[in-house]
Amino acid sequence: MADPMKIRANVTGDTTEVKVLMSHEMETGQRKDAQGKTIPAWFIQSVTATWNGNTVLAAQWGPAVSKNPFLSFKFKGGAKGDKVLITWVDNRGDKRTDEATIA
Amino acid sequence: MRTFVAPGMGTLLGAALLATALGGAAVAPALLAQSSAVDEIAKYRAALQDGNPAELWEARGEGIWKQKRGPKQASLEQCDLGLGPGVVKGAYAQLPRNFADADRVMDLETRLLWCMATLQGFSDADSRKQLFGNGNERKSDMEAIVAYVTSESRGVPMNVGLANPKAAEMYRIGERIFYFRGGPHDFGCVTCHGDDAKRIRLQDLPNLTTKEGAQKAYTTWPAYRVSQGELRSFQWRLYDCFRQQRFPELVFGSDASIALTMFLARNANGAPFDAPAIKR
Amino acid sequence: MNATTKLAVTFVVMAMVGCAMGPSKEETAAKASAMLKTSFKANGQAGLDRLDQDETQRVCSALDGNAPSKEVAERIEKLNLATIKDPADGKFLGDWKNGEKIAQEGRGKQFSDDPAGPVGANCYACHQLAPQELSYGTIGPSLYQFAKLRGYGVDTQRYAYGKIYNPDAYAACSNMPRFGHNGILTEQQIKDVTALLMDPASPVNK
Repeated sequence: MADPMKIRANVTGDTTEVKVLMSHEMETGQRKDAQGKTIPAWFIQSVTATWNGNTVLAAQWGPAVSKNPFLSFKFKGGAKGDKVLITWVDNRGDKRTDEATIA
Repeated sequence: MRTFVAPGMGTLLGAALLATALGGAAVAPALLAQSSAVDEIAKYRAALQDGNPAELWEARGEGIWKQKRGPKQASLEQCDLGLGPGVVKGAYAQLPRNFADADRVMDLETRLLWCMATLQGFSDADSRKQLFGNGNERKSDMEAIVAYVTSESRGVPMNVGLANPKAAEMYRIGERIFYFRGGPHDFGCVTCHGDDAKRIRLQDLPNLTTKEGAQKAYTTWPAYRVSQGELRSFQWRLYDCFRQQRFPELVFGSDASIALTMFLARNANGAPFDAPAIKR
Repeated sequence: MNATTKLAVTFVVMAMVGCAMGPSKEETAAKASAMLKTSFKANGQAGLDRLDQDETQRVCSALDGNAPSKEVAERIEKLNLATIKDPADGKFLGDWKNGEKIAQEGRGKQFSDDPAGPVGANCYACHQLAPQELSYGTIGPSLYQFAKLRGYGVDTQRYAYGKIYNPDAYAACSNMPRFGHNGILTEQQIKDVTALLMDPASPVNK
């Protein structure tokens, strides 16, 4: 089970800025171990962010994103106390959802 | 049998002066390109500051600290890091220190091993199972706890004391170790960390023999090492330095590691602790 | 108080004064050496014997990073000069292209290194050499235009070879490893690195 994400969400005027730190190996599938065997690919393939049930961000990621990714984005809307949910799904089918309250 | 006679001193001196003049002019284009490489790395470092993955270790470490574990099914919440049982805030800024119950000087990691043994009943072998993390499937609990405990000293000025005779002795021994030249490469800590404004390849090196250098260096460990993809502690930093010095393997929490940490931590006194940080 | 008691009192007082002044640097150094032996473990090709210091290492460790006195420097340089073995065929220059590879190679002799794997001199860790390489260190002086500035003659070749073989022969307590004397590089490798510095065709001299 992956570590929980660290999510911070702050609203200024009509814009909410969200910063997410995810714990994930993000293995590209192109590295080889000391014995020469390819280390299997293991990376987040999709990220979704919702606010009050509305999708505000949908992303498709690939192996170019580095280990323990940091994602920062803004969306129009949001108010103090609203919930933002972030979900990621990786190529193994593992997923994780964490939520934060907009400050 | 070799006997070498240097070319006439005058010629050598002249050549040296010529070298400085010519060297400066001739490498100017290369220097310009090189200083922009160093600038780009500085920009990269600045961009890294936001979203330090070390926070993930801090959160996990806090959870482990509070969790009932081991044969005694106890948490670490009664662990005395020097400011009283369970007092975490500000504790790291005063380590290493002598502990009466153990009758020895300990740094954070050795004290944690102590608490894991005495409070939780872990065997030495079990508590040393995965000291350095190696990916999400081989996480280090020790590194997570170190991240949490050190984060609780952020902003606190370094304040390592030498009033205790054992602590003072460890400082003196740590200083000797710092200057100890050995191994097939004749390296000592001083080889790389004994002068101002030096670098290995493009990695700047702190001068650990000065207060400023020791302060800047010691207050930024532990750190998330991007190149490692892991949160690394000061014990790891010493282990990896000695590996690159071509020494044998430094034992985790050994007396030499504590003595060296004592020397460097004390030299950093006065500076606000600013970790867990992020490094390349 | 009789003579014996006076003597005993003197010794006690001297001992107390000694304690108040703290242990000598030599005493602490001995403690440090003993502590190191129990704080390390053998791993791979790195045995505990690597913690045994030779005369040069022992003397240089006591300087606390300061330059040695003239007398000490002369003694250290003399004993290290005596260790230099010139190449068997009398030729100091090897292949500079190989020399560049050796200068770039940072592996060798670490406990994490395969003992059968490549061993380099890692020159670029501390020195500038070929101008095309921007990623160079500054622990040592720039070696750019080494022979161009000093001359291409055999005396300079001999000096460069000797310097790589045993830098302490020319600069007591040098930060630079004794690549030949300590068995890091082979004779051929030292010739190749000498060529990197001395060959007119080497990028170092362009």
